Amino acid sequence: MMGPVLRATLLKALVVLLCFGLVAPIVVVTIASFSGDGYLKFPPEAFSLRWYERFLGDHRWRSAIMNSLFIGLLTSIFSTVIGFLAAYALMRGQFRFKAVIASLLLMPVIVPHIITAVAVYFLSARMGLVGVRPWISVAHTVVALPIVLVILQSALRTVDPALERAAMVFGCSRFGVFRRVVLPLALPGIVSAALFSFLTSFDELVISLFLAGIRSETLPVRIWNSLLLEVEPTIAAVSTLLIAVTALALAIDAVIRKLRGGTMAALR
Amino acid sequence: MSGSVDLDAVTKRYGSETVVAGVSLVIPEGEFFTLLGPSGSGKTTTLSMLAGFVVPDEGRVLLGGQDMTRVPPRGRGLGMVFQNYAIFPHLNVAENVAFPLTVKGASKAEIKARVAEALAMVKLTGFETRYARQLSGGQQQRVALARAIVGHPKVVLMDEPLGALDKNLRYHMQVEIKEIQQRLGMTVIYVTHDQEEALTMSDRIAIMNHGRIAQMGPPREVYENPESSFVASFLGEANLVKVRRDGETVRGPGGAPLVAARGALSANEGLVFVRPEKVKVAAGTAELRPNHLPGQVLHASFLGNIMRYAVSAADGATFFCDVANGAGTEIHRAGDAVTLSWRAEDSRLLGS
Amino acid sequence: MPLGRLAGWLMLAPALALLFGVFLLPIGWFLAGSLTDFASFAEFWEEAQDVLFSGTILRVLLNTNGIGAAVTLLVLVIGYPVSYALSRAKGLVFTAILLCIVLPYFTSTIVRTYAWMVLLGRTGLINQILLGLGLIDAPLELMYNRTGVIIGMTYVLLPYMVLTLFAAMKAVDPRLLQAAEGMGASPATVFFRVFMPLTLHGVIAGVLITFILAIGFFVTPALMGGPDDIMIAMLIEREVELTQNWPAAAMMTIVLLVVTLLLYAVYSRFADREAPR
Repeated sequence: MMGPVLRATLLKALVVLLCFGLVAPIVVVTIASFSGDGYLKFPPEAFSLRWYERFLGDHRWRSAIMNSLFIGLLTSIFSTVIGFLAAYALMRGQFRFKAVIASLLLMPVIVPHIITAVAVYFLSARMGLVGVRPWISVAHTVVALPIVLVILQSALRTVDPALERAAMVFGCSRFGVFRRVVLPLALPGIVSAALFSFLTSFDELVISLFLAGIRSETLPVRIWNSLLLEVEPTIAAVSTLLIAVTALALAIDAVIRKLRGGTMAALR
Repeated sequence: MSGSVDLDAVTKRYGSETVVAGVSLVIPEGEFFTLLGPSGSGKTTTLSMLAGFVVPDEGRVLLGGQDMTRVPPRGRGLGMVFQNYAIFPHLNVAENVAFPLTVKGASKAEIKARVAEALAMVKLTGFETRYARQLSGGQQQRVALARAIVGHPKVVLMDEPLGALDKNLRYHMQVEIKEIQQRLGMTVIYVTHDQEEALTMSDRIAIMNHGRIAQMGPPREVYENPESSFVASFLGEANLVKVRRDGETVRGPGGAPLVAARGALSANEGLVFVRPEKVKVAAGTAELRPNHLPGQVLHASFLGNIMRYAVSAADGATFFCDVANGAGTEIHRAGDAVTLSWRAEDSRLLGS
Repeated sequence: MPLGRLAGWLMLAPALALLFGVFLLPIGWFLAGSLTDFASFAEFWEEAQDVLFSGTILRVLLNTNGIGAAVTLLVLVIGYPVSYALSRAKGLVFTAILLCIVLPYFTSTIVRTYAWMVLLGRTGLINQILLGLGLIDAPLELMYNRTGVIIGMTYVLLPYMVLTLFAAMKAVDPRLLQAAEGMGASPATVFFRVFMPLTLHGVIAGVLITFILAIGFFVTPALMGGPDDIMIAMLIEREVELTQNWPAAAMMTIVLLVVTLLLYAVYSRFADREAPR
């Protein structure tokens, strides 16, 4: 029999080890990206920005960044707007099949992306939409929408319907209620939704792989295409950029969450 | 536009359930009118139809004589105080109170003056930049009140506005709301399930039950002259004792003859109604006279300013009697034989 | 103020249009279009037999299930203690553990896969450490084989399991455990007789969601696997990209889709139990 202290210590050690294992790969890549060596070695013998120079000096990588940003931003706008309307309707609407619709809208995260990708590619190829960036955004919106819906529904849950009624009595139109009450109160959730839908698109590979063609390669697609050839250090630099964007988005969300905590307290 | 409010046979159904069944009201300008009833009686739905949140299936809603049945809430020019105040958490006190004016696009100067006036009226001057989370329940209540009156509406709806306050504060606010209402001469439609509140504040009360108005009238009238056992027992304590008709005479427990100034029995059996505070309790057994019953004290409860007796009469009937604990009042004990009596003017016969 | 029926539908319309136009319709069209492209039923049947009963697909299905099961088991074994620690942690420790899970969770799958390729390569960090410690004489083959696939996928899918288990564990009232201890139960008894049964639905939900995601996986096995580690998603991609064999792709898609949806139906039953608190 183990003593309780020993057991607790063992559990702690195990968890520290596992958490270390979870972050280590990401940290290793980040450090490796600043390597000054000619090939991937860890720890690097020298540090430099040469892989970043090579990454940012290559016009194909640069255009991949632009594609990813463009598609990500458009996806973020599409899915946040569409998701907000849908979340509000699901929250306050009174109609049949609500539960069915709600779970149907979540399907794209469950169905393997390869299926969505192949099916949308099948359609796109026949309509000449392969390589069209806004269309890639539309496809990304499908897989980003479930995430947006979950975030926004929980944000809207904190908006008391009585506040909406009050706004109406005091002279607001339906749109006025949105502008003056619902949007300001749901704003933290909306920003969160916009961030995570951007991330979803910015990180998405499988759908982009089929829809990008050669014209609209995104960063993940470029990484994929390079990785099929070799595991070169430039990709460490690209990966570090993607990790940094993720970390930044999480940080912004954490700050927003703090603010939202304030709003929630206000609602009590 | 005047501040009169009319409901013309409004009905609202949800599915197969009729929540409000043909309710008609005529409320003149400047009246403090209360909708009183248990939960599920339809009072909140009635208020929602006045506000425009709910469109009636049948009937009309008139404000100042104009048909507003299908006009959205913002077109009705009402003030409203909500149950949990519904203060906008993202706006401070001044912005909350200014909300109705801001939406209308009033000038900055006008907004400033009106907000100051409204806050002064609810005694919240100096709280302009606070947020709801920094206010007590009573202060939030005042903000809600200020916001409801800032636009000088002719009609203000109040949906259980004092429900969340403790008893002391409640009494205070009752007085203040009444004062403001009289000063501004506005019509108030007040929803509550608290009968004391309704009796204190209202010019007239409509007691609702199962989607209908059970009785409507000034507080004293509905309290002292209820037309049904529901109204009698919903508005305070009531003795409702079985009686039967014996030729021309009405007989109560033990065959005692009873005389009531109002009401009549529609069948051979019915009830007699008398408020506990109207029943006299005297020691000893008296001769058999109308409205005099022999009984025995079951309990005597000391409630401070009153003594409450539970007295058993013949045929298993129990009466509650409240006797003011005045100077030199005789105190009875459990087991004492007593005589109960009341005036014919203070009792009423009810069909059932 | 409830939303009118028309307003409700109008607000839902863009989302529904998107779902139908860019999800349900393409999937339906792709499946129907590819499968009705035959001259006769006999021809269709021949193709179906070729695709569905060939040695290749059987091997791939075995791979898919084998890798999926191995990954799910590993993820559960690793994820359980982490979730447990997370559910009991407070303040800074909680934030630290959460960050260790959430940062990888939201990092691109391909970046996470690449990270392990860096670690597991012949000259990668792991081989260097093992060689340096003298535990091995020659570098281990950790990549471009099943080991690589399983390690990579375990890493990618771990956060899903941890977050699912965490939700179930957080819902356990600590007073129940205290009560059990107070009645004289040993810590082991408390864990196995009280805590485990109370979090079992979370375990089942976590196992199902991990397995569902694992069998549809594409990126990690494609990059880290060898020729013997082809999974069904990769086969679908190959049929489309390399051979343009749409009917074959459609048939495999149906297999993957049906299995996924069936498992998801089971999952919903267990996941729903987390909702009431």
